Parts: sequence; structure tokens; C-alpha cells
Amino acid sequence: MNVPENLKYTASHEWVRAEHDGTVSIGITDHAQDALGELVYVELPEVGRKLGAEEACAVVESVKAASDVYAPLAGEVVAANEALADAPGEVNKDPYGAWLFRLRPSDASALGMLLDAAAYEKSFK
Amino acid sequence: MLHTPLIDAHRKAGAKLVDFAGWEMPLHYGSQIEEHHAVRRTAGMFDTSHMLAIDVEGHGARTFLSRALANDVGRLAQHGRALYSCMLNERGGILDDLIVYFLREGLFRVVVNAATAEKDLVWLGSLAAGAAQLRPRRELAMIAVQGPQARARTWSALPVLRAKSEGLAPFCGAQAGDTFVARTGYTGEDGFELLMPADSASAAWQRLAQAGVRPCGLGARDTLRLEAGMNLYGQDMDESVTPLECGLGWTVELASGHEFVGKTALAARSPAHARFGLVLEERAGVLRAHQAVHGAHGAGEVTSGTFSPTLQASIALARLPIGYAPGERVEVELRGKRAAARVVRPPFVRHGKVLV
Repeated sequence: MNVPENLKYTASHEWVRAEHDGTVSIGITDHAQDALGELVYVELPEVGRKLGAEEACAVVESVKAASDVYAPLAGEVVAANEALADAPGEVNKDPYGAWLFRLRPSDASALGMLLDAAAYEKSFK
Repeated sequence: MLHTPLIDAHRKAGAKLVDFAGWEMPLHYGSQIEEHHAVRRTAGMFDTSHMLAIDVEGHGARTFLSRALANDVGRLAQHGRALYSCMLNERGGILDDLIVYFLREGLFRVVVNAATAEKDLVWLGSLAAGAAQLRPRRELAMIAVQGPQARARTWSALPVLRAKSEGLAPFCGAQAGDTFVARTGYTGEDGFELLMPADSASAAWQRLAQAGVRPCGLGARDTLRLEAGMNLYGQDMDESVTPLECGLGWTVELASGHEFVGKTALAARSPAHARFGLVLEERAGVLRAHQAVHGAHGAGEVTSGTFSPTLQASIALARLPIGYAPGERVEVELRGKRAAARVVRPPFVRHGKVLV
């Protein structure tokens, strides 16, 4: 299973990438998409919504099951990847390219508290 | 875990394996959606060896099956003819659904679901009470080849089957050497179901694959049967439901002289529910079993739901109070919200064409 070194992770299988503009992109991991199976529906948070850490804020549904996606850290939604509505399968094809939404974190240092690649891999093995 | 004779072929093909009624079976071989499309557009194949064929033999076989099965075995006049039927308990509840083939006088073959096979054998044994012999054919493997190109590619892969199966009408079968070929299936497409000795199965599977028949798992089998409006035992029906409540009224003829287990109970009360199809009208998620349905004629529930690869929308089978009609709108409770769905009459898809 692919777990890129340059990303941060949560135990609930979200990945987090720090962008140059101070926002973070969030998606679901390769392990998560594999366990869920082919995605057929994605529901994203509205831009402007304020999220608490670990708040359920998006839904991914596969042929098999529905699963909540949680905010890895507190912040405001600055973008949602609306292109996924018509092509949810992109998450299966490219889990680390197909981001779900972007947050402006209310506390940038919270990023440091998330799991690194090694710790994430350990969390589901 | 139980294994079919094709388990090595599945592993080699990289199948994702799951536990299905105690059998380790392929869920998909990479993409269940692509597998689904292959069956609608060209040809796919399923390992259905976990299902059990039971031969029913003896002079009393027809009389016994006529009583045991809710559909009328008396209608099976031509050798090889198949009949879909429910098997009911005394209360009219469905013990299983099955296909029965009339092989010749004094010999029938019943194919039952994997999860219910052992229970069925006990039940049939007690009903037969010596009037007919039951022979479970556990040594037989089963491959379902389905799709518009299924028959042509079966003949190109296994030419020895051609002569005996070329003239088969839908819902008929014939013995071709050591393989029983039936023009039946569970997908809404044309095709064959092949029953053969276990040791022939791997070679047949491989030759079919080489002829362009795509291996398909239980995932695609479920979306295909749902689009075809076919019930899944244990989900759309079980012992608490009668055929009249789950869209199988066409398989029971209460007005005829055919007497069968459960008939008295069926005739005693008119059903309060019926089976309907639903198509989700908005992009709000996926319809799934147990979701509540609300509408003008009362509440019901989804019995099985999925995302339909052919319609590119979520569809479901639902049990609703009598009174709903195709075209009406209902609301389905979906993850705490209500989403609009349209009532339709299944099937959703037949022979590659959308019907709703």
C-alpha cells in the first residue's frame, strides 16, 4: 500500500498535505480507498464552513459502503474538489492526487501533531 | 473456509476474496464496475460452484417436487426445461428460491443457494420421506457465462458444447458430454450456466478467459441481478416474506389445482406489501438495505440497493405498502436526510437496455 513520506496522516485514514499558501489539502489514503472499493459518490463540505478537529465533514460512498471523512485539524474550508462529483473513481485511481477539500487551519502547529508516514502505516498493520 | 475448484484460478487472477456463506469467493478482480459493464456489453463469467445442485430421482420425483415447490413442476413437459420457483414453509414464508430442471421422467435437478443448501437438504429430505431420492452433486462445478457475446464465446472456447447447446431456447438445458449446459442466468443478459465435473472446471475457466470472457466477482453479480430486478435470497426475501410480497406472485398460481406446501397460508390472507423498484432522483448518496421509505401510501423499506453502473444512478428494490404505482415519488432516509426517489417497476435493465 502506498504511503507517501511527505504527507501527514490520521488514524481515520485521511491524508494531509501542507500547501505553500498556508492551507492544507485533505484526501483519503490508498489503504482507505482499497478497503472501501470503487467510489460512486462523494459529498464535500461547503466553502466557508468552520470545522472542528475530528468533525465529520465529508462522505465517500463505494459500491460497498458509506464512510465519513473527518477534519484532521480545525479550520475553515477554502476549497472543495467539485470535479469529484462527476468522477468519484478518481479517488481510487489517484488517492493522493484527488484531494477532497482544502482547509485554512486555525492553528498551523496542529499539523505537527498528526501521524507521519511510518506511524500511520503502523496504525493499521 | 470452503473453496470451489476454481480457487487457484481466482488467486492467480488477483481476486479480492471474501467470505460468502462460509465460502471464500471472489468479490472482484480489480474493478467490479468494469466487470459489470463487460457482462452488459460483451461477456463475463462467474464461479457459482458454491451453489448446490441436487438431483431428485425416482418414480415419485415429480409428485414430490410438485408438493415441495410453489411453482408448478407439472408445467415441465419438455426434457431440459427449467423452472424458477420458491420453496415455502407451511406459513407461506420463503425457505429458498431455486431453479429446477426436468432432465427426464424420474430425474430432476434442483439448484439452490449456497447459504441455504444444507437447510434445504434437510427440509427436502423430510418432505420426500422416501418417495424420491435426493443426491447432492457436490462434485459438480458451476460457471455462469453471461452477456450478449456469452454464447458465441462459450462455443469458441469449448466447441464440444456447441452442437447440443446451439438450439437451446431460453430457460432450457441439455447434457453435452460431461457438461450440463443451460440457457439461464442471474444477470438479465443472455448466456449459459455450465455444470461440469470439478476437475474440468479450471481448464474450462482458462479457455473461456482466453476467448475473451472476463472473470467477474460477486460484486458485479449483485449489481447485475439488481438491475435485472431479481431478488437475492436473505436480503429481498426470507422466511418472513411470501412470494406475493416480494414480486414473485408470477411464480405461484393460487387459482389452479396445484397443491403445494404453503399454499393454504398464501390463500388465507392478501398481502399488505409489495415489491417495487426505486431510482434515486438526486445526488444524495447510495440506496442501501434497511433505509426507511416514506410516501403517500405509507412507509416501507429498501431491501437491497446499490449504485447502478448502467443507469449511473442509485437504484433499489423496496418493500412498500400496496397502493404505490410506477411514476410516484417517495422519500428515502439516507444518512439522516431525506432524498427523493421515483417508484418504478423492475427490471431496471434487460439485455443491455435501460427500461425505467
